[in-house]
Amino acid sequence: MAANPMSQFDVYRIGPEIKVGAFDISFTNSSLFMILSTISILLIFNLGSKKNSILPNKIQLLAELSYTFVSKMISDTAGSKAKPYFAFIFSLFMFVLFCNMFGMIPYTFTVTSHIIVTFVLAAFIFIGVTVIGFIKHGFGYLKLFVPSGVPAVLLPLIVIIEIISYLSRPISLSVRLFANMMAGHTMMKVFGGFVISLGIVGGWLPLSFSVALTGLEILVAFLQAYVFAILTCIYLNDALNLHH
Amino acid sequence: MVKKIYFQSIFFSFFFIKEAFAAESGGMPQLNPEFWVSQIFWLILTFGIMYLVLSKLILPKISDNLESRKSQILENIEAAEKQREDSDAKLKEYDEIISKSKLEASNIFNQAREKALKDIGAKREVLDNQIDTEITEAEKEIDALRKNAPDKINKIAIETSSGLLQKLIGAEVNNSSISAIVDDLSKRNGDKYYGN
Repeated sequence: MAANPMSQFDVYRIGPEIKVGAFDISFTNSSLFMILSTISILLIFNLGSKKNSILPNKIQLLAELSYTFVSKMISDTAGSKAKPYFAFIFSLFMFVLFCNMFGMIPYTFTVTSHIIVTFVLAAFIFIGVTVIGFIKHGFGYLKLFVPSGVPAVLLPLIVIIEIISYLSRPISLSVRLFANMMAGHTMMKVFGGFVISLGIVGGWLPLSFSVALTGLEILVAFLQAYVFAILTCIYLNDALNLHH
Repeated sequence: MVKKIYFQSIFFSFFFIKEAFAAESGGMPQLNPEFWVSQIFWLILTFGIMYLVLSKLILPKISDNLESRKSQILENIEAAEKQREDSDAKLKEYDEIISKSKLEASNIFNQAREKALKDIGAKREVLDNQIDTEITEAEKEIDALRKNAPDKINKIAIETSSGLLQKLIGAEVNNSSISAIVDDLSKRNGDKYYGN
């Protein structure tokens, strides 16, 4: 059972194998937790928006606080032009947050600890932001790679660096989330394994570490969702308000 | 008994160490592409549905709720302010009415007092006049009486003395000589009797 600290990241099929052409789209434990996160988000926010009372109840307060939190985050980083993308960034933040948080429950699966999931999200953001940038500014969007106030001698180097940094955005964005999630969960598993292997005599120390790590991981789960969303806002800001 | 459990636990812990680090091989399941397509498919499906439902149904409702609450609170504040202004105006009106009526009351009081004073003055004047006239009349009468008094006294004195003389002497005495004596006496002693 508690064999490999990496075995918690195993994806396995639930139910029959589903194939569309050459592609295997079977229902897996990853799909299960994606659906769970989605349903929880929809349930909470549906309940939170159902009744409109002047004095909000707890769930309504939760929904409205999340709404204003994300709304403030977007307007602070990307300005008022980013308003049409609010729903997307809100969904993104909530999805990543709920997937991270579901991963904190023992015996669950962390969707965001898989590079493919975070990479698809990051790549979608990258492509979307690039498309928005070119639609808004045409080829003027390429000015993003030419910062103003740089000596002409350094310019070729700077432009190359800027292009590389721009192209590495989806990788950094996806790897940051995935690595944080994987590292945290692996560490917790390793400490959990120590608790068992050291037994009732020496197990208390790693157990206390485990407890502390759980708190830390809950913080990281929130923080990484926040970072993911705010970096999306910053990229969006580059595309909407080109100032270099 | 405690010892036994202690040693047992140590024994089992060694047993579990073997279990815990048994399957060290295998690497990261994340890099196994077996379920990549499935994960991408389900991610797009669930995230897409969530995005659609959130953006079309739920988020507009939350935003409406927030807006309506904000506007309602603003309305309430406005209404409260309006009511406060109304009550302020009414308070001012009330104060004005009170001060006006106070002024009126004092005016009425003053008028009444003036009128009363005037009445009293007029009546007093009339009375004073009456008293004065009566006093002067009385004085006149007294004067007249006083003027007539010596003559009458003289007459009485003359008649009395003539009567007395007639009784004493038994003869008629000339009135004119008596009156001459009386006049002479009264002239000499008149001051003693009348104090004039």
